[in-house]
Amino acid sequence: MKPITGILAATALASGTAAFATDLEVTHWWTSGGEAAAVAEFAKAFDATGNQWVDGAIAGSGNTARPIIVSRILGGDPMGATQLNHGRQAEELIEAGLMMDLTEIAEAEGWKDIVNPSTLLDGCTVDGKIYCAPVNIHSWQWMWLSNKAFEDAGVPVPTNWTEFVEAAPALEAAGKIPLAMGQQPWQQGGAFNVILTAVGGIELIDKIQGQKDMDAAMGPEFAEVWTAFAKARDMAAKSTVQDWNQATNLVITGQAGGQIMGDWAQGEFQVAEQTAGEDYTCLPGLGLEAILDTGGDAFYFPVNDDPEITAAQKELAALLLKPEVQVAFNSKKGSMPVRGDVDLGTVNACMKKGLDLLAAGNIMPSREQVLTQDTINEINDLLTEFWADPSYSPEDAQKAYADIISRAE
Amino acid sequence: MADVTASTNGNGIPATGLVEGPRGAKPKRTFSRGNIFLYGTLIVVAVYYALPLWVMVVTSLKGMPEIRMGNIFAPPVEITFQPWVKAWAEACTGINCDGLSRGFWNSVRILVPSVVLSIAVASVNGYALSNWKFKGSEVFFTILMLGAFIPYQVMIYPIVILLREMGLYGTLWGLVLVHTIFGMPILTLLFRNYFTSIPMDLFKAARVDGAGFWGIYFRVMVPMALPIFVVAMILQVTGIWNDFLFGVIYTKPEIYPMTVQLNNIVNSVQGVKEYNVNMAATLLTGLVPLTIYFVSGKLFVRGIAAGAVKG
Amino acid sequence: MTSTDARTVEAGNGSRPPNPLLKNLSAKIASVPMALTALVIFLGCTGWTVVHSFTSSKLLPKLDFVGLDQYDRLWSTRRWLVSIENLAIYGICSLIFTLVIGFTLAALLDRKVRFESAFRTIYLYPFALSFIVTGLVWQWLLNPELGIQNVVRSLGWESFSFDPLYNPDIVIFGILIAGLWQGTGLIMVIMLAGLRGIDEDIWKAARVDGIPVWKTYVLVIIPMMRPVFVTALVLITSGIVKIYDLVVAQTSGGPGIASEVPAKYVYDRMFSSQNLGQGFAASTMMLLMVAIILIPWAYLEFGGKKRG
Repeated sequence: MKPITGILAATALASGTAAFATDLEVTHWWTSGGEAAAVAEFAKAFDATGNQWVDGAIAGSGNTARPIIVSRILGGDPMGATQLNHGRQAEELIEAGLMMDLTEIAEAEGWKDIVNPSTLLDGCTVDGKIYCAPVNIHSWQWMWLSNKAFEDAGVPVPTNWTEFVEAAPALEAAGKIPLAMGQQPWQQGGAFNVILTAVGGIELIDKIQGQKDMDAAMGPEFAEVWTAFAKARDMAAKSTVQDWNQATNLVITGQAGGQIMGDWAQGEFQVAEQTAGEDYTCLPGLGLEAILDTGGDAFYFPVNDDPEITAAQKELAALLLKPEVQVAFNSKKGSMPVRGDVDLGTVNACMKKGLDLLAAGNIMPSREQVLTQDTINEINDLLTEFWADPSYSPEDAQKAYADIISRAE
Repeated sequence: MADVTASTNGNGIPATGLVEGPRGAKPKRTFSRGNIFLYGTLIVVAVYYALPLWVMVVTSLKGMPEIRMGNIFAPPVEITFQPWVKAWAEACTGINCDGLSRGFWNSVRILVPSVVLSIAVASVNGYALSNWKFKGSEVFFTILMLGAFIPYQVMIYPIVILLREMGLYGTLWGLVLVHTIFGMPILTLLFRNYFTSIPMDLFKAARVDGAGFWGIYFRVMVPMALPIFVVAMILQVTGIWNDFLFGVIYTKPEIYPMTVQLNNIVNSVQGVKEYNVNMAATLLTGLVPLTIYFVSGKLFVRGIAAGAVKG
Repeated sequence: MTSTDARTVEAGNGSRPPNPLLKNLSAKIASVPMALTALVIFLGCTGWTVVHSFTSSKLLPKLDFVGLDQYDRLWSTRRWLVSIENLAIYGICSLIFTLVIGFTLAALLDRKVRFESAFRTIYLYPFALSFIVTGLVWQWLLNPELGIQNVVRSLGWESFSFDPLYNPDIVIFGILIAGLWQGTGLIMVIMLAGLRGIDEDIWKAARVDGIPVWKTYVLVIIPMMRPVFVTALVLITSGIVKIYDLVVAQTSGGPGIASEVPAKYVYDRMFSSQNLGQGFAASTMMLLMVAIILIPWAYLEFGGKKRG
């Protein structure tokens, strides 16, 4: 701790003499089309305050970006602000005193009253203090269907997972890939969790991931989830793309029937100028269990000894939750705003479904909030191996999953 | 079928040359079975080596529709330089759309001090080790040689801490230091072997003339070792320009070297993958070491012979 | 400065016994960077990592010892086992193929070939390219929808299938193809230099004795080139263990975890999973593997004879 603060002071001195206008470097991993457009809204709003947003986009998934972000904070070269998923990712950084306490701003801006659902703020709170500014709600619990693909195959657009599985042969016969899936581990990991929630139910997921209940992890209900996931594997056998947005593109162009992916996929449909309900259909909770997990992105502000930077950090923190910024950002990003009192204007059918679920309180914590990144990565490794190897049996995989859960913290 | 005939016709010219050879009255030696086998093998292997470069060049000159339609080995029907322009100046990582040019200049700024510093340090090391042995010098050398085999992964994290304590983490000079450290074993070996091969009499004569450590180094050793300096430079320029791991770990986005930025540009897909832009970007990244290589080919080879073979 | 030093040494040699610490003072000062690198980085940092591999360090390193727990977990992790297996396959194949191809090409080029420098230039240029570039190019060439498979199919052979990067069983060979493309040229050049260093008379003698060419290579030339082979071996092995960028650019470890390598496991555990202890344990194992290969070799090479 001591040497870190010392170095911080040294860097602050060095950069303080050089800085004329307050440049604030913001790191994030929003690099796809829709994401980049959304982040530009933040930059625009921040620049309008007279400060300068220095964009530190890191390409790749959060798994690529997070290490870079964390090692820079630890390395005594902190950025002005950074995106992280709220939850357990920043726990230790906060405990080490490396993150700025935002409680003051949160109180001044009345975050407690406006942030909805309030669990979002809990994810930012350690020992009663608030350390991050949630900017959006993202939920994994979605499936995106291409209306064109089903039309071409001559079957009605499914309304839930079961119907989707039944429609798969028709899609295949029409030369389509039933299920689009990218090859990166986090995508398979996320999709599995969606299937676990939809097929296994909210109680099962809480028992396994929340309470680490070994009986549930070895039980028959969970075995059903694995069977469903194995089915998904078969349906996606021909999907060889890498990135999630390439997989989404398969759905957009009607080459694939559907994709299980979080609501950020919506942004891609928007960039492609597709209309919800007409060109594509969305099923929250796979149409089986209408619930949203309330993960999302939040901004953290590493401690900085330069008062100018600190001032700019605070300005940005407050700005991120302003109603107009929330609207501008979230409509481009395809995510839901963190405050219930703003109107996104004309929301499309899918967003409407999401907002309704949110208003009805059908929410659950995200995987990032329940499990450590270490455990999540281990699970993702298992799932991606299972996914890539058709001879890996669901039974063996279930055992391996239970194993990971048994030693999870 | 038509395709197949067309392609044999296309390749026909050199092939007929070879076939006609034995029929004519040419000396047996040139077109003996052994020679055909020899040149045949060499040419087939050359194709394997040259193909990727060919693919990158032709693809980078095509438009996207042509890439989607045709095969990647075919030369472009309509040449466009747009992908190159885009890769250099417009390709986006996040909302920064200033292309690879940023990474290029970063790499230059990393490269120059790293090469100078690492070679300066290593040449002095090699000189001290071959002519000024002192108690313990061989121990350091042995550790250094063993160090070349230690996987970087073992040392990455403690170095993060060291750089942080020195206030160099995330700076250009931090990365320069890392390159100097990890270039040291192979370069020191290179210089030590070279200096050892210089006749001891030369050194002794200089000593008798009253020259000291630095005097001999600058007046006798450096001028004699110019070729090995060039070799070391070629090795370092290539190695540092091509580094990815250290660039990712020890720098931040504004000073990312070109390789890291390339990986970012290629991996931040917006909709459809633009293979032509990606390949142009890849070629741009490879351009500096390739130029150095093609310009200095002979020296490179000669240097390797001098340095490495003496083992 | 320099002349003073020289005089001190000279005087020391002449009249009185020199202070052993001051002897070669300039050389010692000049060797400080080397000493620091050797002691602080290569010994110090390595030791630090090994020590911390026995702790439960998560995001931040801390000395909270847990014995062999990290190693237990490491060796029961599928991905680590796959990584080790891949490294073994890649390492052995790369070693054999690089040496064989490198030597064969050098021997072919050494037979007074026309356009030798053109051939040499073509064989060696990939070495100038980074692993990132190499990985990306071969990712495209081996991509079934874009690369070789697509081209062969469009020529009429519809059932042709060549997609190593999408087949978990052979993906490591897809990486090997790229690795060999990049690295064999260097070995060829080193071998060629070695061959050029061999006296013309030996060839003449072999020809006079009627020994076939291939036999001359195997029985005479290769044994004579032992130091060259050692150099080549050292260059190849030190590259193998460090393999990382190539995999990151070409497959990112996929499909599934089929092309994972130890170096990537270390990086991912240290920085992505925020589990330093696990990363340290894995990197310590990498070090151990290198030691297992290196120590017998070093013993054979330097243990028997003492030479300057």
